[in-house]
Amino acid sequence: MAKRIDISGLSAFYGSHKAIEDISMTVEPRSVTAFIGPSGCGKSTFLRTLNRMHEVTPGGRVEGKVLLDDENLYASNVDPVTVRRTVGMVFQRPNPFPTMSIFDNVAAGLRLNGSYRKSELNDVVEKSLRGANLWNEVKDRLNKPGSGLSGGQQQRLCIARAIAVEPQVLLMDEPCSALDPISTLAIEDLIGELKERFTIVIVTHNMQQAARVSDRTAFFNLAAVGKPGRLIEIDETERIFSNPSVQATEDYISGRFG
Amino acid sequence: MASTTPIDTPPAPPVPRPSPRSTGRMGDKIFLGLSRGSGILLLVIMASIAVFLTYRSVLAISKDEGNFLTTFDWNPAGDPPVFGIAVLLFGTVVSSIIAMVIAVPIAVGIALFISHYAPRKLAAPIAYVVDLLAAVPSIVYGIWGALVLVPYLEGLNLWLDQFFGWTYIFEKTEVGVARSLFTVGILLAIMILPIVTSVSREVFLQVPKMNEEAALALGATRWEVIRLSVLPFGRSGIISASMLGLGRALGETMAVATVLSPNFLISLHLLNPGGGTFAQNIAAKFGEADAFGRDALIASGLVLFVLTLLVNGAARLIIARRKEYSGANA
Repeated sequence: MAKRIDISGLSAFYGSHKAIEDISMTVEPRSVTAFIGPSGCGKSTFLRTLNRMHEVTPGGRVEGKVLLDDENLYASNVDPVTVRRTVGMVFQRPNPFPTMSIFDNVAAGLRLNGSYRKSELNDVVEKSLRGANLWNEVKDRLNKPGSGLSGGQQQRLCIARAIAVEPQVLLMDEPCSALDPISTLAIEDLIGELKERFTIVIVTHNMQQAARVSDRTAFFNLAAVGKPGRLIEIDETERIFSNPSVQATEDYISGRFG
Repeated sequence: MASTTPIDTPPAPPVPRPSPRSTGRMGDKIFLGLSRGSGILLLVIMASIAVFLTYRSVLAISKDEGNFLTTFDWNPAGDPPVFGIAVLLFGTVVSSIIAMVIAVPIAVGIALFISHYAPRKLAAPIAYVVDLLAAVPSIVYGIWGALVLVPYLEGLNLWLDQFFGWTYIFEKTEVGVARSLFTVGILLAIMILPIVTSVSREVFLQVPKMNEEAALALGATRWEVIRLSVLPFGRSGIISASMLGLGRALGETMAVATVLSPNFLISLHLLNPGGGTFAQNIAAKFGEADAFGRDALIASGLVLFVLTLLVNGAARLIIARRKEYSGANA
């Protein structure tokens, strides 16, 4: 189910502007890896290179390699559409399909991948909503629009939609930044459960959150505004927050900048 | 405090401060008056049009010896005066339906191409050209229709008759040039294309990026992004755009009057020359009509007015019924 990601020599550009430079790291399967760093350091850009969403932005371009197990996502014969079916993504703001019911939102990815019998769809939708800890709250109103849910519920609906297609990897781009503390806690608990099945990468501005949910943490920084962001270090979360090997990391997590 | 002030020094006069509140309020009042006045003016104009149309219509219809709704004739100057709107209603509705069936899919296609497929360098000129179509005066469309489209369509009519004559509507039973409701429909389709395209395009460009990314991240192809995110979001916009186009098609006058060879028959053989529309009939007969004849024409105008109101109301109903699912609250 879950796969290892090996990134080597990865740079990403917006037109001629280099946003991130020469990033290499390994993301372990069935674990949570958190990306932290000051605003503008390219964490989200980097995350979006992992499912080839970066190139959707006009002018977006990527150099380097991303190996999912042994397959390079940027090989010339790889279709980005297939990549995105293997590497799921949850966004900063909940974005359920506003015109669709809760059921159809969860089933949307499956329907893209082929035709399913109604009973199969029912099973997957229930399983995914249970997996996202949302089933009990919505089981009586599956045919109501997803946009009628609360923000936290919408975000869990988006997670259910992402895991319904059984991706290898789940990318989360600040999934709690638009949510209240209670909903945030619900999502964090959920992340803890999901890592049993998926490789999870999460971008967060909240260092406590990184400390709470992740197994490994990567710290990104940029030399100056306008310069590309770089990976400063990646290590066990515990080590990053207690005894990081780079001074800049310590300065950042202790609140001296950023 | 007081002790620090020398006794013989008069207290400094209060600095005259500009009073922001009063100027602000004056601006508010003027603006309120202007906007309220415009709103009231609109209602007054609508009401007076309705009253005028109704009053003159009642004058005419009360003397109509035929049935105003079912008579296939227009002879208010006759003795007894006989006129009815059946043919005009039929012709107006049928030509507008043809126009919508042809124009809406093409317009949505062009709008999607401009908003989601075309490279930016190409999108802007295409959008400009489409908008330019709207600037062509309708009489020019009429002349072009009569001189170019009508002869050109004769071949198409023969072909339709030969291969689709079995559908009845494409069976051509009368010889004659293609001055038919079908030709009028095609011409109207071209005329409403720009408005439907522009409005749809604007709506498609407003689809929130996060909705499209939601589909992309699930592994949707470009077409699937459009199907999952763009079209559902743009649905009510497409309906509004179509209604604007339909409004123009229903009321189009000069182009129809120039192309159609009118008669007072209803035929579902759409390729046969003949038929008529409200606006075309008014334009053709208003000049030579006497006072009573004009009232009769105004009565037909009232029906067109009501028809347009109904169409708009229906469109609003369709949009409102799906409000819960609209993209607005996302």
